[in-house]
Amino acid sequence: MGLSMSLERMRYLKNYFRDRPPTDVELQMIAQTWSEHCFHNVFKGDVLVDDGRLINSILKTYIMGATRELNKDWCVSVFEDNAGIIDFENGYAIAAKVETHNHPSAVEPFGGAATGVGGVIRDILGVWGEPVALTDVLCFGPLETSYEKLPPGVKHPRYIYRGVVAGIGSYGNNMGVPTVSGAIIFDEGYTGNVVVYCGCIGILPKHAYVRDTRRNDLAVLAGGRTGRDGIHGVTFASAELTEEAEELRSAVQIPNPIVEERLRRAILRIRDERLATGITDLGGGGLSCAAGEMAHRSSLGVDINLDAVPLKAPDMAPWEIWVSESQERMLLSVPEENLERVLQIFGEEDVEASVVGRFVETGRVRVFTRNRVVCNLDLNFLFTPPRVTRRARIPVLPPASVDLEEPRDLAGELLKLLSDPSIRSKEDVIRTYDHEVRGCTVVKPIHGDEAGPSDAAVIKPLKDSWMGVVISCGINPFYPDPYWMAAASIEEALRNNAAVGGRRIAILDNFVWGSPEDEDNMGRLLRAAEACYDFSRALDAPFISGKDSLYNESPLGSVRPTLLVTGVGIMPDVRNVVSPSLKEEGSPVYLIGLTRGELRGSAYLRLKRVDGGEVPKVDAKLSKSIIDTLIRAVDEKLVLSCHDLSEGGLGVAAAEMVAASKNLGIALDTRRVPSSVCRSDYLLFSESASRFLVEVDKNRWRRFEALFSGLPFSRIGEVARGLGLRVTDLNNVVHELSGVEIKKAWRGY
Amino acid sequence: MGLGRFKACVLRTGGTNCDLETRIALEEVGVKAEIVHMNQVEKKSLLDYHLVVIPGGFSYGDYVRAGAVWGKRVLARLRLELERFIEEDRLLLGICNGFQVLVEAGILPGDGVSETPLVALANNSSARYECRWVWLRVENNETPFTTAMKRGEVLRIPVGHAEGRFLTSSEKALENLKKNRQVVFRYVLPSGDEANGLYPYNPNGSTYDIAGICNARRNVMGMMPHPERAFYGWQLPEWSREPPEQGDGRKVFESIINYFEKHW
Repeated sequence: MGLSMSLERMRYLKNYFRDRPPTDVELQMIAQTWSEHCFHNVFKGDVLVDDGRLINSILKTYIMGATRELNKDWCVSVFEDNAGIIDFENGYAIAAKVETHNHPSAVEPFGGAATGVGGVIRDILGVWGEPVALTDVLCFGPLETSYEKLPPGVKHPRYIYRGVVAGIGSYGNNMGVPTVSGAIIFDEGYTGNVVVYCGCIGILPKHAYVRDTRRNDLAVLAGGRTGRDGIHGVTFASAELTEEAEELRSAVQIPNPIVEERLRRAILRIRDERLATGITDLGGGGLSCAAGEMAHRSSLGVDINLDAVPLKAPDMAPWEIWVSESQERMLLSVPEENLERVLQIFGEEDVEASVVGRFVETGRVRVFTRNRVVCNLDLNFLFTPPRVTRRARIPVLPPASVDLEEPRDLAGELLKLLSDPSIRSKEDVIRTYDHEVRGCTVVKPIHGDEAGPSDAAVIKPLKDSWMGVVISCGINPFYPDPYWMAAASIEEALRNNAAVGGRRIAILDNFVWGSPEDEDNMGRLLRAAEACYDFSRALDAPFISGKDSLYNESPLGSVRPTLLVTGVGIMPDVRNVVSPSLKEEGSPVYLIGLTRGELRGSAYLRLKRVDGGEVPKVDAKLSKSIIDTLIRAVDEKLVLSCHDLSEGGLGVAAAEMVAASKNLGIALDTRRVPSSVCRSDYLLFSESASRFLVEVDKNRWRRFEALFSGLPFSRIGEVARGLGLRVTDLNNVVHELSGVEIKKAWRGY
Repeated sequence: MGLGRFKACVLRTGGTNCDLETRIALEEVGVKAEIVHMNQVEKKSLLDYHLVVIPGGFSYGDYVRAGAVWGKRVLARLRLELERFIEEDRLLLGICNGFQVLVEAGILPGDGVSETPLVALANNSSARYECRWVWLRVENNETPFTTAMKRGEVLRIPVGHAEGRFLTSSEKALENLKKNRQVVFRYVLPSGDEANGLYPYNPNGSTYDIAGICNARRNVMGMMPHPERAFYGWQLPEWSREPPEQGDGRKVFESIINYFEKHW
């Protein structure tokens, strides 16, 4: 039956169904609801650690724990619904959600990625939000991988890359939601397991957030028809990607963005007329999960008539209808007196909608077809699966020293880094995504006429307010210590956000990991979660939503453990945003933060194929002081341009600022970098956290220095005309690159 | 300039997605704008409006040629009314998908509805979607859509499309467009000099760098770039310190209101 359930759980079910045999519809529903994808057994279960600790739910202890302790009054709804909701402006709130769609994208890249976008848009609609921006972060195997290296069942990274990029562009462009932020990473750790993160930001009037399904409300299913596409998507999500995965192509849904576009229109009209009492999207587990969850969260039961569900194929079995994950469908609870108007709106928007059932006081889910009951389950039973206990072994990162001769040609090393596939400009991809539709995009994913980089995207969602939403991300999968990897990812999301002026930042976590049945994987997961708790609290940034995708396994092994942190901040007046392009000849350039010899996992050492040294660590107190002070400097309009230091360190950050500029460059002196490091290449390419490169108004640098007094900073150079990047190294040797050389390496033209 | 004296209808159908920002741009210059779904349009009369805008998007998914399905539906449902609308010198503007619709319906570049296509908007020569800011030169400022501009002025407006390569059926068709001064906007270099097809200044490979045309009567215009996305200064791709008050796209909408005030 393809239940993908453990023997232990099968025995538990056997015991539960002592009095009568379960139906296929019931077994399928239980399998979907209890799947890792839907229930997050590992994050909600117990973890037995090799040091003797017993952790009662990683999710509650660490992720939600930090949010609970921070207790921000601007968090409207967190970890409750399809998306996290935070306060915005003028009675509006922002909804944010990030999902993964890895397995479908590995099997059918275009459809898998497109439906990932479609799914996360529905998550926003599912909290009555109007989608206003999309994000996507993608991790692929190296595009030049030789075919001989690929075991059967693993598709070539170039094929996956093309399909995924086209799928994301197609769905977002067709829906008319701008794709404003993202990243693309290439590494062998993703050759067997592509990673596709899709995020969506929405906006809603706070009073429109209605979640009050009542007894006797009708269950209205609206949108696309239900078909055999996307059957067992959630259980497939926890299966290893082997040769046989190809046979599971039917687990991937078929995208139809225009149906969702119409659905969006209708749902927003129903929201504004306050005609429904509740809404949820049909995602993993399809109608079975949506109807069950909606009834359960309102302490009700539900009766569903499968004969009323519009089908793509007339001969579908009842269980197929019940668990199909066909796209572009939403379930609403509608009071009977509003039904006519609701159906009228759906009709006017060319959306098919049908009453498929009714919410009742039974506390049970009952499914009918042809006057027979084919499912009759207690919702409390359904939503309390047996707890899972996993074992975790805390990883120890063996120390390693770095054996690397200092290169003479620092400029050459920098050019190599700038053209590294993970660092170089993603302009050729970004331009295929519409990032201007809706006319709200203030800071675009590529900046200005020179197509420079952006640290974060800014959108202005309300016509009558200058307040902007600032969207950033942090991802550092190459740092081999999972604790500091997570810390660096959180800090990077905040740093990127602050670099354009964002503040009051909420964060979202998305874990992509290998099998949790492996104790080492679990140990790494636990360490990363501990860092989430520590740094969310210390950096004052609550988690508002998150998702984990475990079981990313292929014949090439586990996926590289990857944590994406998405930052959602605000900017009180978008006219004051800061960009990374240099503005004025003669402005002083400051480096904020401490540069340490932290290069383990850095882009530079990976380029050199060397592993060793120290991973970048985050000093939370210092980070918070620096970010808070930077925001003050932005608000006092002292900052002309700013760029955060991340992959490739100071060298890459300075070069990227030059790449973003017309005829302006930077002359900088490494001897002035606040640091105790005594090698020029380490100074240039260290990836120490909490650092910014800032161009300051030349008439007001004293005020800038006064603001930062007590914090590590230094004036390391100035903006010069007709120059690219000029670096004076510790031995007083000057290394120089022209703007043309930098742009050629970074942009490719 | 009283809000509500002039009325615009922003048409939409499933897949239209630039109607809201188009309405905002119209309202900001003082036109009363109403978004009307194709399913409701038969309950209305187009002749109640001074302006009809067909905005951008992916109507019906553009699964055939972009704009083809909507173009045929516009003809099937609105042909007679539209012909009268155009004869009465009311204004019809198609932006991006709207331009594709007007071409597919045969409303552009002809007068009335032409039965055989004289022009087409084909796949971009880069064979992909292109979202970028371009430089546009005003070739004809004697249309109701361009009176607020100078001839030869260079505007900054973004494009976002996969099918915007303007083609004519023959050399003669192109010559006619030039002769009748129906070429309204052309893609140019930042200096204002001709792009001569040079990518990415001409982002799609359009013949004669054509970005927008009007009919011989001058009251129907189609353009691929999105003026509603270049309406406010803060929408521009780059500014230092403070954004300018206005974007160049605003001039399209200001021209329209100027025309209304003079002629209605």
